[in-house]
Formats: sequence, C-alpha cells, structure tokens
Amino acid sequence: MSESKKSNGPRGKVTINSELCKGCGFCIEFCPADVLDFSNTFNAKGYHPPRAARPENCTGCDLCGIYCPDFAIFGVLIKAVA
Amino acid sequence: MKADPKGVMTGAHFLDGDHACCEGALSAGCRFVAGYPITPSTEVVERIAARFPMVGGIFIQMEDEIASSIAIQGAVWAGAKAMTVTSGPGFSLMMEHIGLAVMLETPCVFVNVQRGGPSTGLPTLPGQADMMQARWGSHGDYEIIALCPNSPQECYDLTIKAFNLAETYRVPVMLMMDECVGHMTEKVVIPDAGEIDIVERRFTTAKRGEYLPYETYGDWVPPMVKSGDGHYFHMTGLTHDERGYPVMNAEAQEKCVHRIVNKIKENADDIILLREADTEDADVVVVSYGITSRVALKAISMAQAEGIKVGHLRLITAWPFPETRIRQLADQGKALVMPELNYGQMYLELQRVVEGRTRSHLVPHGGGTVHDPEVIFRKIKEAVQ
Amino acid sequence: MEPTNPVVDYLRMDRIPHIWCPGCGLGTVVNCFVRAIHSCGIERDLISVVSGIGCTGRMAGYLRLDSFHTTHGRPIPFATGLKLANPKLKVIVCSGDGDLFSIGGNHFIHAARRNTDMTVICVNNFTYGMTGGQVTPTTPIEAVASTTPYGNSEEPFNLPHLAESAGAVYVARWTTFHVRQAIKAMKEAVQKSGFSFVEIISPCPTLYGRRNKLGDGLEMMRAFKEKSKVKNGADTREVGLDFKGDIICGKFINRERTTFLERYNTRMAARLGAAYKPYEGVL
Ligand SMILES: Cc1ncc(C[n+]2csc(CCOP(=O)(O)OP(=O)(O)O)c2C)c(N)n1
Ligand code: SF4
Ligand code: SF4
Ligand code: SF4
Ligand SMILES: [Mg+2]
Repeated sequence: MSESKKSNGPRGKVTINSELCKGCGFCIEFCPADVLDFSNTFNAKGYHPPRAARPENCTGCDLCGIYCPDFAIFGVLIKAVA
Repeated sequence: MKADPKGVMTGAHFLDGDHACCEGALSAGCRFVAGYPITPSTEVVERIAARFPMVGGIFIQMEDEIASSIAIQGAVWAGAKAMTVTSGPGFSLMMEHIGLAVMLETPCVFVNVQRGGPSTGLPTLPGQADMMQARWGSHGDYEIIALCPNSPQECYDLTIKAFNLAETYRVPVMLMMDECVGHMTEKVVIPDAGEIDIVERRFTTAKRGEYLPYETYGDWVPPMVKSGDGHYFHMTGLTHDERGYPVMNAEAQEKCVHRIVNKIKENADDIILLREADTEDADVVVVSYGITSRVALKAISMAQAEGIKVGHLRLITAWPFPETRIRQLADQGKALVMPELNYGQMYLELQRVVEGRTRSHLVPHGGGTVHDPEVIFRKIKEAVQ
Repeated sequence: MEPTNPVVDYLRMDRIPHIWCPGCGLGTVVNCFVRAIHSCGIERDLISVVSGIGCTGRMAGYLRLDSFHTTHGRPIPFATGLKLANPKLKVIVCSGDGDLFSIGGNHFIHAARRNTDMTVICVNNFTYGMTGGQVTPTTPIEAVASTTPYGNSEEPFNLPHLAESAGAVYVARWTTFHVRQAIKAMKEAVQKSGFSFVEIISPCPTLYGRRNKLGDGLEMMRAFKEKSKVKNGADTREVGLDFKGDIICGKFINRERTTFLERYNTRMAARLGAAYKPYEGVL
C-alpha cells in the first residue's frame, strides 16, 4: 500500500453479506479497482463468498452491488457513509 | 349504494338480450370491457363500444379471448369493474383466466352467449352445452357462480346481479345466456338509478405497509386493494399465503383451496336464486333454466290441461347448484323432469342430488333450436306413471 | 451508521434469498431495474410491475412495488387492462423470452401496434429456464436445448427488429454485463411515452450454458463482454443473433408515435364533440 494512498484513505467502502452469496464471482471479476478476491471460508450454503482483499482501492462505485445477482455485496462512497 | 345515474338508461325499452346485458353492465358500474367478436355475443360489445365513451368507460377489442379475459383482470386491479363477453369457442380460450380470477379472487364477470357446439358448431343457433365448462372448465378445484337469464329483462337484471355477486364474494361470475335469449327482443324496464342496488368494492383500510392481500379477518372474503394506493401488494396465481406470497406446500394449498371453495359453498343459500310455480302439490316438477325454462312452461300447461299435477322450478342460479331445494322436492316424492339444450349436464348434478330419493328424467337436445314442447310434455306424462 | 444496500428498499426482503441459480443473470437484471426505477423520477406508488411465468416471471414477486405474477405469456394483456383502467399508472412488464415471444407473441405485437403506453423488459436467456431448458423462439440455430437434442434448426426471432416492425417507440438491447447501459436504457424506456422495449441478454448457466458448453455464469458474462459490439442507432435488421456470434448492443430506436389513449381521445372528440370528456381512467 503506497504512502500517498494511505494518507488520502480509500474513497469507498464495500460491504459483504457472506450468507447471501452464491459464489458466482461476478463482483470479483468486474470490480474495476480489483478490490475483491474469493475467501477461503465457506458460507452456510457451501459457497466461497468474496472478501475485500484490497479495501484501500475501493472507489465506492457499487458495480459489485449492481452485478451481484444475490444482493450480497455493495459499495458506497465513504463520504456517504460519514 | 345506488347506481351512478350516468350509466343508467331509465325507461322502458325494446331491447334484445345482448343489448340488455350491455345496459345491465352500465347500470352495475362496469367501465371496462375487453372482448373479441364472436356470434351470437358480439352485439353486447358493439353496444358497449358505442355507449362507453359517453359515460367515461373504455372498451378495447383485444387480439383474442385469452387477452380479453386477463385484460379485464388488470383493469380490476386498477380499480375498475370489468367484464368480458364471448361464446363457446372464445369461452374455451378463456379457461386459464377463469382459474386466475378464482386464484387471485378478482371480482369480474364473464358473459357467455351460448351457441351450439362442440368446436365452431352452430354459431348462430342456441345451445346450453357450456354449463359444465362454466363450472369445471379451468384446471384445479374451485367454485364459481353462474346465472341463467331467460329474457332480455333478466339479461339486464342478472348482469347487475352478476357484478354484485362478483364484488361480494370476490369471484368470477358467469352470465350464461344463450343465442335465443341474446337475440330475442322484448320490453326491458330500466329503473331509476336510485332504485338500483350496487355492491361497491370493499377496499382495505389497512395502513401503508400493513395490508395483507389474503387476510380475511375471520370473514370468508378478504378486502380488496388497487394498484397505485401505495400498498406495494403482490398477486400471484401460485398457491399463496395471506401476504400473497407463493408457498409451495400442501398446507398452504389446503388453506387456499378450502377458502376458495367454501366462501361460495357456505354462502350458497344467500347466492341461489330460484323461481317456483305450482310445486307445492305437484307430482312432477320440471327443472329448467335459460331459454328452455320458457319452452317448459308450454309443456307444463299442456300437462296441466290434462289434469297432471306438474310444477316448475327454474334455476336462475345454476352454480352453485341449488341442491338443498331440489333434494327437498325429491324427498317429497316428486318426480323430476329436466329438459336442457345438451345431452345432460346440469342433469348430472340433479341426478347426483336426488339419487335414491326420487325418479328423474332428462329431456336431452343437441341444440340448434329449442325443444319441441310436445317432447317435454311426453316426458312429464311418462314421469307421472 | 452501517451502510445498507440501496436495492433493499425495493425488494421484498422477506422473500430473499430468491430461487434463482448461482450465476443466473436475473438478480443482476433486478439490480439494474431497481436503479432505473429509483432514478426515473416517477412516483413509486404509481409503478406496477407485471410478469408472466418462468424464472424471469418471478421478478415481480421480489419487487416491493405493486406487482403481479400472472399467467404464462399474458403479462402484456394484463398490463393493458391495468394501464387503460388507470392511465396514471406506469406499467412495466418484466418477463422471459419464451413467455413474451412464444406463447405471448401475439400480445406483444398488438400492444406495440397500438402503442399502448407501457415498458416491456425481456430477459432473453435463449431458453425456457423454468421448465428445464427447452428451445424458445430466440434460441440460436445450432444451440442445444432439451427439446432440440441435436441442435436447434429453427430460425430465431430478432427481437429488436420485431419490436421496431410492430411499432415500438423505444428499442434497446444490452447484456447483463452492460449494467450501466442497461440501467440507462430501462430508465429511458420507462420515461418514454408509448410502447418501449428493452431486451437484456442474460446467462442461464444451469440450462443453457452448461448444455451448450458455454461455461458457468461468469464465463457467459465474459463472453458477453468479448462478443458484444455497441452500435447505437444500428439498423435492427442487422442485429439478429447467432450461436456464439457477436452481440450487437445499443439503443436502436427512439421515435415518437401517438399513443393508444391519445389517439383514442382525439378520435372520440372529433366524432362526439363537446359531449365527449377525454378519457383519463375509470375512477
Ligand atoms: C399455459 C402454460 N404452458 C406452459 C407452462 C409451463 N411453463 C412455465 S415457465 C415456461 C417457460 C418460461 O420460459 P421463459 O419465458 O423464457 O422464462 P425463463 O424461465 O427462461 O426465465 C413454461 C413453458 C405454463 N406455466 N403455462
Ligand atoms: S456477485 Fe454476489 S453472489 Fe456472486 S460472488 Fe460476488 S457476492 Fe457472491
Ligand atoms: S464498490 Fe466498486 S471498487 Fe468498491 S469493491 Fe465494489 S466494485 Fe470494487
Ligand atoms: S434455470 Fe436458468 S434462468 Fe432459471 S434461475 Fe437457473 S440459471 Fe436462472
Ligand atoms: Mg427464457
């Protein structure tokens, strides 16, 4: 993680509801900032949900939220959270 | 409440049954009709098309009867009172949507001006052979209401009745006319709007977010709703719970079907309309409906002229079947004679009801014209022996 | 405060998780739809969603809007009744390719011809998902379906061309990969007065993808990304789809035509004169 990025902080925040996930991978594939990876853990349905591997890159664009067919993930602008 | 004077053509008119049916719909507050032309019912929608623009209603000729029979339901869920009109072949196409109306509990009216069948059959000639189809034509288990007018005046009166019953029980109501009644012209008296009783739709009073489409609150019939009111309600033809959500199990199915069937069965006494004459000390009772009930009168007077004690029971309501009254007559030992323009449809019900209690006789007829009264008369004579 | 998924307010969360398979595009279509509705400026209470029967047909049931799950093929005539009885409603039909174009094809062309004011969103997954992957009127030649085990030999419909020919005033096609464009198209379609049509190509990995060796949902999405060519304003005669061929996407048609009710009111007023009060609904 670069110093400059650290000082500005991430612009967005991604929230994952692992239990709703069906492991399709859409969010991971189409996140333009490469924030997400599959986690190693299983949810109760037996799928690997995504995890925010590089949360500092998140722009809050919510593409993950739009792609996710199971309403299990979404991104928001940090400004909006605060 | 009373009828909206805007649709009521008060006065005495000479109308055929089809036109009278149109006037009945107008008096009942029907403002949406979707239909597809078919003999001998077309005159109903032709008059609707001419009359509706002047009273704030809308008629649409749909691409087929399948479309017509579901467009009316869309209109009902937007708050309208609605009907569709057809004859045999079109009625066949509507069957899936009679089931939908039953399942969604959409109050609406289906008019069938019966002609000879099967298939294209006799487009311009009468039949009464869609009676079982009206009852059982859609798949699954359910109850509907069916009314059988025998004159233009009754086409008017019973169309209003059909709308009122549809609202009271949230059920599709079939007005089972026939070509004779549809095309015969007689005097029709349309009363003042203030004398016409109209059953208004019972809308929910639930607050936003609290409405449950199929919660009956101990009643048989749940309150209605219309799109646009902010309830964000859901309707499905799948088996559903109080929320209107699909539930795919036997328990939910039992609950759904039980109420759909019993809301009609349990109220049958309030629904059923009959006309009786001379049944009290009769040895034979002629049971008939629609145009056949008028032909039966002739046969009855022929029999009475010979001293036979014969009475008449006319089914204005065919479905639910008036089994209580018919069983009473049977238990009094009266023989029953039933003429109908088919090879035994309502007669099957009659037979079931009186089985082991009395003798019953069918007077079948393939349709295309009415019975020769002589034939009914002979059956009456046979029945007294 | 914990952030919440913006879609949640528009969903019947008491019915989530939904019934759709992993990697099915239908949830993605719902996301696009909700965002389009949210941003279209139409009062939410006045929106009615009507679906037919099928996997796509379940869409209405997940949306916290007035919503109707009707019969197979018939959402358009149901929607016609809703709209004509109360023209203030914004009526949107969401249904599958089989529902809208096989059993319901007649209703589609007549609603477009009349220019009934409604939006039709077709989720085209090239198959009858709900019943196990049979051939539909949009299945490409060669593609295998449960009822075309040796590959389909029937010419499919080119939906945008059909819609245009029948009279639709707005016609667009996108895939579930093109989420931003799909949102914009749905939004424009619902804002448009008249019969508008949006086709969304969507993966059915379970019954179409697997059988045709197109991979899982993600692989199908990747193929949408690679194979799609955006051609706004393209001649709709040129946008038919081949098995594994290019997918032409874009906004193809955006034109003006008098709607059913406008024409109706004009006609009645012309013939009936002052006695005629323009029809604005039964209520
Ligand atoms: C009258 C009737 N015929 C057949 C069916 C069975 N059926 C249910 S869904 C469906 C096909 C749905 O296909 P499509 O519209 O493409 O939706 P998808 O499941 O692919 O989303 C069929 C044939 C039915 N429900 N009703
Ligand atoms: S898109 Fe949704 S369902 Fe698919 S992997 Fe990501 S979180 Fe899971
Ligand atoms: S909000 Fe955007 S950047 Fe952040 S994880 Fe989701 S898709 Fe990636
Ligand atoms: S069968 Fe196909 S269309 Fe239906 S839910 Fe599964 S993936 Fe989706
Ligand atoms: Mg499909």
